[in-house]
Amino acid sequence: MSWFDLGMTERFQTWGMSYEWAWFTATLAGILMISLLLMLSVAMIIYAERKLWAAFALRRGPNVVGPWGVLQSFADGLKVFLQETIIPSASNRGLFLIAPIITFTVALMAWAVIPFNSGAVLADINVGLLYVLAISSLGVYGVVIAGWASNSKYPFFSAMRAAAQMISYEVSIGFILICVVLWAGTFNMLGIIEAQKGHVLGFVNAFGLNPLLFPIAVMFLISAMAETARAPFDLTEAESELVAGYQTEYSSMSFALYWLGEYANVLLMCTLNAVLFWGGYLPPVDWAPLYYVPGIIWLFAKIWIFFFIFAWVKATVPRYRYDQLMRLGWKVFLPISLFWVFLVSGYLMYTGHFA
Amino acid sequence: MIQVISFYIFAAILLASAAMVIFARNPVHSVLWLIVAFFNAAGLMVLVGAEFIAMLLVIVYVGAVAVLFLFVVMMLDIDFAELRAGFMRNLPLGLLLAIVLVVELILGIGAFRAGAVELGGAIAAATPADKPNIEAMGSLLYTKYVFLFETAGLILLVAMVGAIVLTHRQRKGIFVQDISSQNQRRPQDSVRNVNQPVGQGVEL
Repeated sequence: MSWFDLGMTERFQTWGMSYEWAWFTATLAGILMISLLLMLSVAMIIYAERKLWAAFALRRGPNVVGPWGVLQSFADGLKVFLQETIIPSASNRGLFLIAPIITFTVALMAWAVIPFNSGAVLADINVGLLYVLAISSLGVYGVVIAGWASNSKYPFFSAMRAAAQMISYEVSIGFILICVVLWAGTFNMLGIIEAQKGHVLGFVNAFGLNPLLFPIAVMFLISAMAETARAPFDLTEAESELVAGYQTEYSSMSFALYWLGEYANVLLMCTLNAVLFWGGYLPPVDWAPLYYVPGIIWLFAKIWIFFFIFAWVKATVPRYRYDQLMRLGWKVFLPISLFWVFLVSGYLMYTGHFA
Repeated sequence: MIQVISFYIFAAILLASAAMVIFARNPVHSVLWLIVAFFNAAGLMVLVGAEFIAMLLVIVYVGAVAVLFLFVVMMLDIDFAELRAGFMRNLPLGLLLAIVLVVELILGIGAFRAGAVELGGAIAAATPADKPNIEAMGSLLYTKYVFLFETAGLILLVAMVGAIVLTHRQRKGIFVQDISSQNQRRPQDSVRNVNQPVGQGVEL
């Protein structure tokens, strides 16, 4: 099949390895391939986002390091790497250092179940979507521990906000995912994508264009922004109120790990939008010539579209007030998504989807 | 081989972190050790093939319950000296509890050695190999145990309503944003053009 799939185990076996060693090597190679390329794309996507913000603000953006400034992120990385790591004397030393590592690791972990092409997924497990939900709920610990371990007022406020915000939006995300799972009939990520083949009118490969699922696709996009604490929901690092939020006391590589983790999370949420509602690696319409284009190109195109939306929103929408954020989560999204579970399951029962 | 190795790794870390929950001086550290323990319990669940339970354990306990624990514990201002002052006073009660627990454990293990208890009718067959975990569990929960399942749901609902009723209070004298009334407000409701003669006051 493609250059990246789980045929790797068999390929290693033909080189004379035992099955266990072949599996181990193949999994390790897959992990390295995903995480290294992810880090590279995070570096490039930070550059792309800065260029986009610059365009929205009629500026030039990074344009000095390398041609058109494409090496800006690497220059920033080098600068941060050469800085001194400052650990505040009043902080809880061990937790202070562990917190950014947690954020970064958790941001990488969820990518294990993301399918890049049909069959090209590191861990093809039955509970793929639940795994993503479980891992994304862990992201809050990096922030909360950082806020507490810094032993400083503003980071602590930020940690409190982050904990409340993530729990609030996970509830509605859970209900939204239930609607998708009801329609797909499986928690497996590959199964969810395959269920979208010819879903609308027999030729559109997307749950999102189904009139019953379109509203929750929009709600999922907004909840994804809140879950990753991106603008307009970046109350955890609101610079006008909390200096820099939970990362106020951080410097050097520990700060950079937060930065990398945040962007890996943003990319993950863009990918989830593409996979759950817009057909993942499938072409937009079910038309044979389009399948000659490799699936990974369709997936990346969808991810870039969602990343553009994320950057667009961050550049143009003003930040929410905290009570407005809570109102949106609990009083708007939660009732609507709960009602939608009822609506979708009722429709599916009525049309005999489960028969 | 790899199953045995991972079982012992998960089990050893689970026990060690469970012990650290008790031994840690700082309550925040205790909660964090508890999270490590939950994680390793989830790992054990995956090992026995109950991947759904494992994921639920992480989502519910690590993702929600432990965050709330941490939330509360972090905001407490605990005086450790005062905490330890009550140690001698509570020691007899603690010892009594420990003895009861040990006796119960011995009794339980002894009874288990004597043979399993037959509770109710025949237990449903183990998960069929071709069926995912979630499907097998759902088809059992929503058919055979549907009343028990819904009773559990009702109890949780009552607990939730109770918690809200007990803590909710109507506060007077605070400004609350009413977004729909803000959106309904039109310029003609609030802006007035007046042609004001010179030297006279404005009627507001």
